[in-house]
Amino acid sequence: MNPENINTTVNIAGVSFKNPVMNASGTFGSGMEYYEFVDLNRLGAVVTKGVAPEPWEGNPVPRITETPSGMLNAIGLQNPGIDVFTERDLGFLSEFNTNVIVNVCGHSEDEYLQVVERLSDDDRVNMLEINVSCPNVKKGGIAFGTDPKELQKITAAVKRKSLKPIIMKLSPNVTSIADMAKAAEAGGADAVSLINTLTGMKIDIYKRSFSLANKTGGLSGPAIRPVAVRMVYEASHAVGIPVIGMGGITSAEDAIEFIMAGASAVAVGMYNFHDPSAMIKIIDGIGDFLSENHIADINEIIGCVK
Amino acid sequence: MINEKARIIKSERLADQVFSTVFDSRIAEPAYPGQFVMVGTKSDSRLLRRPISICEADREKGTIRLVYRAVGYGTKELSEAKSGDSFDILGPIGTGFPLDAAQDKKQIILAGGGIGAPPLLQLARALRRTGIGKDSITAVLGYRSMKSGLFLNEEFSAEVNVILSTDDGSVGTRGTVVDALKERDLKPDIIYACGPLPMLKAVKDFAADSFIPAFISLEERMACGMGVCLGCMVKTAGRDSHSHVNNARICTEGPVFNAEEVVL
Ligand SMILES: Cc1cc2nc3c(=O)[nH]c(=O)nc-3n(C[C@H](O)[C@H](O)[C@H](O)COP(=O)(O)OP(=O)(O)OC[C@H]3O[C@@H](n4cnc5c(N)ncnc54)[C@H](O)[C@@H]3O)c2cc1C
Ligand SMILES: Cc1cc2nc3c(=O)[nH]c(=O)nc-3n(C[C@H](O)[C@H](O)[C@H](O)COP(=O)(O)O)c2cc1C
Ligand code: FES
Repeated sequence: MNPENINTTVNIAGVSFKNPVMNASGTFGSGMEYYEFVDLNRLGAVVTKGVAPEPWEGNPVPRITETPSGMLNAIGLQNPGIDVFTERDLGFLSEFNTNVIVNVCGHSEDEYLQVVERLSDDDRVNMLEINVSCPNVKKGGIAFGTDPKELQKITAAVKRKSLKPIIMKLSPNVTSIADMAKAAEAGGADAVSLINTLTGMKIDIYKRSFSLANKTGGLSGPAIRPVAVRMVYEASHAVGIPVIGMGGITSAEDAIEFIMAGASAVAVGMYNFHDPSAMIKIIDGIGDFLSENHIADINEIIGCVK
Repeated sequence: MINEKARIIKSERLADQVFSTVFDSRIAEPAYPGQFVMVGTKSDSRLLRRPISICEADREKGTIRLVYRAVGYGTKELSEAKSGDSFDILGPIGTGFPLDAAQDKKQIILAGGGIGAPPLLQLARALRRTGIGKDSITAVLGYRSMKSGLFLNEEFSAEVNVILSTDDGSVGTRGTVVDALKERDLKPDIIYACGPLPMLKAVKDFAADSFIPAFISLEERMACGMGVCLGCMVKTAGRDSHSHVNNARICTEGPVFNAEEVVL
């Protein structure tokens, strides 16, 4: 099949994506640093690093450690705060022809709402992704993301303040991902994204200490992919809203696995560190897969594995 | 920044656990003293690249040289690789040692503790190329012992004066490079340093006490080397330019910092 006749456009909550590939928050900055490797115009969306109302310092170092087929991170959502972000990062991103999804973090409901309000009528932003699942901040973050009632409540509060479509980013550190996806949907979420990192720990046996200063960190990379695929499958069967899938994607084949499990779009995280051009290869590879397998429209295969 | 598969053209052992690898690499052209590269492993399960300083960049030949201690999976794999093998290399990364800070200085010290010496070799050559005489530059190089072996000291000698120290006193001053500096009663006008953290702290204090500038190269765990993961932070005295929270990225604002500007 001629690649020109293939449709790779997907629609999530009324927002059209030229292809289903974006970066995962926190692994690509706002795209500025990768300009030599990734033409942002080619991405379905750029997802920015979590931003709070005020600058956050993040955790002490070491914040990073390598693990088998993955890594643990405990960055602690270091960010410059919404003022610098809207000026510098959104100013930069407005030059490109791609969707902009801003990832939002906070220590309290009020902090999330402050960021949401600031961005709600900013026309440089297409969607907001609410990170209620960061395992590396003590207050807020994951507390909202592990209790379905809290999740529904904060989703509803965010929805009341936002004119933009809302993506709730779900934590895998729960017993039932289906219940969490349902809670987000009940709160009015327009989409869910998953998975955030799985809480892990590594010990340096020679130093008899933790490898990360924060003791625990979030596991990402191919090591978590099978868990992520299973959770995307379960979440997409539990709710009617679209699912954005991520967790260990390294190739077009990995991305298609998520799409067949039920993801309308996918995000690439730590693999950007391994190969700075990874997302472009994945976009091209998805096109090749569709063409070779005579699939005229990517939407035909979303959730095709029942 | 360049991301390429670079081929090894020379590989040798310099001392106990210390190796030198020369790559055919386009990174030679833009490389500046003090910058580093991120080297991939060949393992499917070790996905982070390893940061290694550029020890030499030869623009004419189009080669870069890395000198490193084999401590774990990645550096051991690199040390065992033969000419013709290729590795994924990303670079050149980071800021380097500011050359202009040394202009008009009479006593320029390059302090290299252990495996911190390699990036100072390219710096020594670059300083000489700016017209600074050999007599104005002294490299103070610290090693473990004569038995575990010295490395790069002869190459430094071709460019600058060299003073040695060893942990056990088997050659030169017994102690660290800062001990050697004090013992010789050198009166530095500027110090460029790379080495273990305790040594860098000592250099920072020494420079502050002597009211001279010091530029130090720092290390931290790195995931991206691109400035996006925010893993490689160092506390700074003032607001950093990226997050505005007194936390600079070693891979982007560093690895070389004015010692005054960082909190160690
Ligand atoms: C800017 C910079 C320049 C460096 N230049 C040199 C050099 O010129 N020569 C040299 O011998 N070493 C250098 N190092 C240290 C070098 O990065 C580590 O020795 C190397 O990463 C160890 O990798 P490994 O796979 O052998 O060890 P492993 O223990 O298998 O590594 C596991 C993980 O920990 C990381 N890691 C382990 N030790 C360090 C360390 N000391 N610093 C940062 N990350 C580490 C690795 O990168 C990897 O992600 C430099 C470090 C930095 C940050
Ligand atoms: C260094 C790092 C920083 C991250 N920062 C954020 C963040 O700010 N907000 C967020 O929602 N997720 C963050 N994540 C989680 C990723 O977006 C993603 O959900 C997770 O890493 C799984 O994808 P991967 O396996 O492809 O990396 C971060 C992950 C990493 C590795
Ligand atoms: S290594 Fe990622 S920001 Fe420096």
